[in-house]
Amino acid sequence: MTKAKKLCAALLLAGTLAGCATSGGNPADPLEPFNRAMFSFNDAADVAVIKPVAKAYRAVVPGILRTGVSNFFSNLDDVWISVNDVLQGKFQQGLEDFGRVLFNSTWGIAGIFDAASDVGMQKHNEDFGQTLGSWGFGSGAYLVLPILGPSTIRDGFGLLLDTRADLVFQIDGVPVHNSLYATRAISNRANLLDASSVIDSAALDKYSFVRDAWLQRRRNLVYDGDPPREKEEPDDEPAK
Amino acid sequence: MMNLPSSLPVTMKIPFCALLALLIPLAQAEALAPDVLVKSITEEVVAILKRDKDIQSGDTKKVADLIDTKIVPHFDFIRMTRIAMGRNWRLASPDQQKNLAGEFKTLLVRTYSTALSNFRDQQIDYKPLRAKPEDTEVTVKSDVKQSGSSQPVSIDYEMEKTPDGWKVYDVKVGGVSLVTTYRDTFASEVRDRGVDGLIKSLVEKNRQPERPKAGKT
Repeated sequence: MTKAKKLCAALLLAGTLAGCATSGGNPADPLEPFNRAMFSFNDAADVAVIKPVAKAYRAVVPGILRTGVSNFFSNLDDVWISVNDVLQGKFQQGLEDFGRVLFNSTWGIAGIFDAASDVGMQKHNEDFGQTLGSWGFGSGAYLVLPILGPSTIRDGFGLLLDTRADLVFQIDGVPVHNSLYATRAISNRANLLDASSVIDSAALDKYSFVRDAWLQRRRNLVYDGDPPREKEEPDDEPAK
Repeated sequence: MMNLPSSLPVTMKIPFCALLALLIPLAQAEALAPDVLVKSITEEVVAILKRDKDIQSGDTKKVADLIDTKIVPHFDFIRMTRIAMGRNWRLASPDQQKNLAGEFKTLLVRTYSTALSNFRDQQIDYKPLRAKPEDTEVTVKSDVKQSGSSQPVSIDYEMEKTPDGWKVYDVKVGGVSLVTTYRDTFASEVRDRGVDGLIKSLVEKNRQPERPKAGKT
């Protein structure tokens, strides 16, 4: 518990210090000073712990096994995905996603193989934040969560429910589910090693690059890949 | 505490897929319909990537050459830079505009050369083009399926008709625009340091050694 307290204290301190920094003025990001501090904290944790472990995992565990681990967790996710389909009124997609779970849990041997994709049952991307979005809730302010990374006020609430509904969370026994959490986190991070090195080389300012990419991505997901065109900022207007 | 939201990986996966975004070249294809153009160029580049052993072993210089000759001619970097600059474009003199477009191009080519050398067995499906014959702006949509991932990532090319054939002016990977993602960064650079400050930042970024953080761990 003291560890957790120390962490909280550190985060609060970081937030306060960042409060003195100038804000960038993006209307979607009123909490920018706090977010920037949290972002640096996450980045430091990534560089110090998470990324090295993910690299070791990728170096030691053979690819076929890593895919199996990744598929296993992806199959568990499909259960909650199909619930969200239904909550959004996408009944057919809900049936498909639930079908994926049945198929992969049996033919795919407890989800280790993604047999459903091989026969053309496509995976979808849903979560409760998107469900709230489809019900008409705006995303609210951008919010960087400790360790979990980019989110928004709405998606943060969504995540609370996602976490409760997470099948790994339902498993009894703290050591078991903690090690499952850790495995999943490492597996996810390992899948992203190439991507994160691209971000490093693409971004002038990593914070705003990740933020703007994230907000566009979430908007795209809420509209299932077909968002209405945003009004383009006219470039022929004189500057203020 | 340690679990990442399931949506986070996809977002971060985007730049990796953006490698495909720049797969668009072929000089003799100027009169082709936009979707045919994208498809033929992609196929040509993918074929080269698959048989070139140097590229597979990580020769990013060679990938950059490939991008320069096959892909770059089909992009309108001036328009891309103009979109990324937003209203600040007008603050820049013609010389500054030229410099900005040049440096922005270098940044994009450099970034995605690294990613492109990782290209493996991705499968690309094109969606039917929804456009009228007289349209001068169209979106060519495709889905890319990566090996080891069951969910395809969408790659959409925003294209415009020019006297030199169809040109790409934005690429959206999983809904994330390669161009507008830079808008806030550019705006705050210009606000704090002026147009020359932004050009300087781009030049510095481009001068950094390849993959600056890769060696850290």
